[in-house]
Amino acid sequence: MNIQEALLEYCLRLGDNSLIIGHRMSEWCGHGPILEQDIALINIALDHIGQARNWLTLAGELEGMGRTEDDFAYKRDAHQFRNLLITELPNGNWGDTIMRCFLFDTFNFYLHQILQHSKHDGIAAIAEKSLKEINYHLKYSSEWVIRLGDGTDVSHKKMQNALDDLWMFTGEMFEADEVDNLMLEESIGADLQQIKEAWNDYVREVLEEATLKIPENNWFQKGGKQGRHTEYMGYILAEMQFLPRAYPDAVW
Amino acid sequence: MATAAQIREWLTEVTDPEIPVLTLEDLGVLRNIQKVNDIWVITITPTYSGCPAMKTMEEDIIAALKKHGLENFKVETVLTPSWTTDWMSEAGKKKLLEYGIAPPVKPTANKKVLMGISETIICPRCKSSNTRMLSQFGSTACKALYVCDDCKEPFDYFKCL
Repeated sequence: MNIQEALLEYCLRLGDNSLIIGHRMSEWCGHGPILEQDIALINIALDHIGQARNWLTLAGELEGMGRTEDDFAYKRDAHQFRNLLITELPNGNWGDTIMRCFLFDTFNFYLHQILQHSKHDGIAAIAEKSLKEINYHLKYSSEWVIRLGDGTDVSHKKMQNALDDLWMFTGEMFEADEVDNLMLEESIGADLQQIKEAWNDYVREVLEEATLKIPENNWFQKGGKQGRHTEYMGYILAEMQFLPRAYPDAVW
Repeated sequence: MATAAQIREWLTEVTDPEIPVLTLEDLGVLRNIQKVNDIWVITITPTYSGCPAMKTMEEDIIAALKKHGLENFKVETVLTPSWTTDWMSEAGKKKLLEYGIAPPVKPTANKKVLMGISETIICPRCKSSNTRMLSQFGSTACKALYVCDDCKEPFDYFKCL
């Protein structure tokens, strides 16, 4: 793999993470427990989709084959997506959604904090822009994890269940492969080990305040970054891609 | 022959589609007007990555300039330096307040991520400081939802970024 190929993969991973978690969160539209939280999740979903557009547009420019953001979003199949598995899991209950947001937002925050200093101007610009938004996402999900974890018996139990279920999908975030290593060598990408340490510290701090117990399980599921997805991915694409596949080149 | 100042003047007709009292310049979205190789390049920057108003603003700019007979121009969107509420003009903040939206208070976003103490926001209706945040996320990406505990009215706050 050469640097250009790795760079394209790297942007697709960033774009696909945003696109898929953004799509998942958009599924909450009209289903939030109360109006304010419905609106909050949809605002965050919108940020993610906006960030995805920036990353996928950049991916298209890097590839140089004339592919647009829409081509990447709507004309690829599951095995061509490069998002982390945690982003594609079903929303579950409110607690599941909040816990997934929290675990991912923390990773996303530290990742973008490093990427805003990337040697690649395009990556640095999108990261700097996105980071301001991610700041708000992380504050939001952290507050909710504490409120619900250290809340009633029922909310505590649901949050602990969510954490237990999601934990095995967190390892993949920090698992560096050839793409990550090449990008790190070029000072384009982030050091996942560095993110892992910061992630661990912050996640532990918040979970402790939330009176939640970190699972002892140290076996982690992986594959999303290389295009090996869960069975849920196909269902997401079936919904997300329906219109452009049924009516190719449809316009408003 | 058009001048940059003239183009800037024409563009005061273009406002934020969701907050029609603010011009693009008030908002800090209009970054630059420059002539490059005989083509006027109008540079804008998005407020939020997913702001759905950006496309409309771009179309409105094109329509306004065409209306004034300008033909050799293009609109370019840049991401860096990334937009901040610091760029909102003082006139813009005043108009926002009169419109019923509390303008951004602090110059930059609070870097402290967790449980940062939020700023005191003045109610745009009764000017009380006895207000509290209902939700960090409001009717659009750029606003938070507040309520005044004196006049009991809910209101939007244009949050810092």
